[in-house]
Amino acid sequence: MTTFVQLLFAGVALGAVYALVAIGFTVIFKASRVINFAQGQMLAAGAFFTSWLALGANLPFWVALPLGLLFTASIGLAFQLGVIRFAIGRPDFTVVMLTLGLAAVLEAAIPTVWGSYPRSNGDPWGSSAVHAGQIAFPWVQVWAIVTAILALVAFFAFNRYSRWGVAMRAAASDQEAAVAAGIPLTRVYALAWVLAGVVACVAGVFLAGYPNQLDPTIGDSALLAFPAIILGGIDSTSGAVVGGFAIGIIQELVAGYQPQDAAWLGHDFYIAAPYIVMIAVLLVRPYGLFGSRPAERL
Amino acid sequence: MTLGAAVTAGVAGAPGVCATALEASGLTLRFGAVQALDGVSFEVAEGELFAIIGPNGAGKSSLFNLLSRTYRPSSGRISYFGRDLLALRAHQLAGAGIVRTFQNVGLFKPLTVLDNVMIGRTTHTRRGVLSSGLRLPVSRREESDTRERAMGALRAVGAAELAGRPAGLLPYGLQKRVEIARALVMEPRMLLLDEPVAGMSQAERNDLADLVRSLNAGMGLTVVLVEHDMGVVMRLAQRVLVLDFGRVVAVGAPQDVQHDEGVIRAYLGEPMREERR
Repeated sequence: MTTFVQLLFAGVALGAVYALVAIGFTVIFKASRVINFAQGQMLAAGAFFTSWLALGANLPFWVALPLGLLFTASIGLAFQLGVIRFAIGRPDFTVVMLTLGLAAVLEAAIPTVWGSYPRSNGDPWGSSAVHAGQIAFPWVQVWAIVTAILALVAFFAFNRYSRWGVAMRAAASDQEAAVAAGIPLTRVYALAWVLAGVVACVAGVFLAGYPNQLDPTIGDSALLAFPAIILGGIDSTSGAVVGGFAIGIIQELVAGYQPQDAAWLGHDFYIAAPYIVMIAVLLVRPYGLFGSRPAERL
Repeated sequence: MTLGAAVTAGVAGAPGVCATALEASGLTLRFGAVQALDGVSFEVAEGELFAIIGPNGAGKSSLFNLLSRTYRPSSGRISYFGRDLLALRAHQLAGAGIVRTFQNVGLFKPLTVLDNVMIGRTTHTRRGVLSSGLRLPVSRREESDTRERAMGALRAVGAAELAGRPAGLLPYGLQKRVEIARALVMEPRMLLLDEPVAGMSQAERNDLADLVRSLNAGMGLTVVLVEHDMGVVMRLAQRVLVLDFGRVVAVGAPQDVQHDEGVIRAYLGEPMREERR
């Protein structure tokens, strides 16, 4: 029981982070029907920048984090305004290739600027934890859950109630009608990229916390958001959240139990488990649990 | 209609002086070897209710898409109150006072009716992402103003009690009314209606025709509509432009156009052929 609660808690913390990564994909996809393959590298850039501010420039973590958000949002905004904007109306494939280009640029830039050694992400908690009986709740995971939930609530409130959130949902529902209603799509896309940048940075910083470290391959962990968004349905933001938590919990439980209980599956089966779930979901519900439209073919 | 006066007043610029709302000259549209429109010219006076009709494939939709800036003409000019319409992008039309509706209802189906109408105020609201996201007092005031206007427009089209419902769940005729309510909060000078009664029952058609007439007569809105339904056009329009094979066959009052030889030929001697269902 103790083990289970411990694993479940770690799973929820990891799931909160995956939910943020998945939201980043979904928000851009909903606004512009483009899958941003650079989401993982934006996440890595945000985490590295925040770490550098906190450890290199000695800023307090709670100052470094918002600046990190700003930085990652700026990457998204600059890429939208400087590159993607000129590719609107081209085949989706062109835009997808451009996002892969951004991924490559960031992947090369990060080790060049900050080195390729693992480093601490600059959070103030390290491996400290709050204990309840036998169970340890690492502070970084507690804060990952709290921050992710605050970010998700803010995101949904913005999406539901603010004028620009409504404009984004309108553009997602019918672009031509949105244009006729005077909604500037360029601004809607820009906003989507900014939001994607913000959630990427939050996700990156907490993903690099205990028990992990920050190294340039952290961007690859965004690939784990794919099972999450496919589980939830790529055009559903709430699906992304449910999928994110589900994948996080599945992964931690498998990592905790499988090595003893099903040792014949090998050591790293927890890495494969989310993809197996993804394949199973694709077979049964090709549009995901909450998706509405046929998924994009690439 | 004081079209003669309108033409002489076409000296550009100052609104109120210039009474030509829309002036198209020599509009040509080619898709590869297909000539969709060939030298189409016409004028619409301010406050006029102007209809564009023609048999299937005559070029009505192409012409509408030029006016709504969905397509760019191969050649020709369009001016709107003396301004070059072709210099505006599609999303700038709303700000210039040109508001369109869609043939299959351009509503955002998952959004509520009220949100759908409030979106029409986009070009009239100034508060940006940050201040509206943070719900600063200025933007809250602006938002309650937007909400009031939206409710007013919904009342005007008789759909106020539906404000909280998802737009996609309403019957078609009501969706069209909500779309018109959204058009109204945009404070248009000119309405472009793309087959507004297509797919409607006879009762819905009559209601919508009354609504369009009241917008034109009551509010003085210039209305340009493309329509299949001859009955509606003949009752509603002050002047009619008949297209056939991308060319203008006739322009004039409905009763004159109805007896025009070219028009009868275009419709193969059955002027009511287009009446469906």
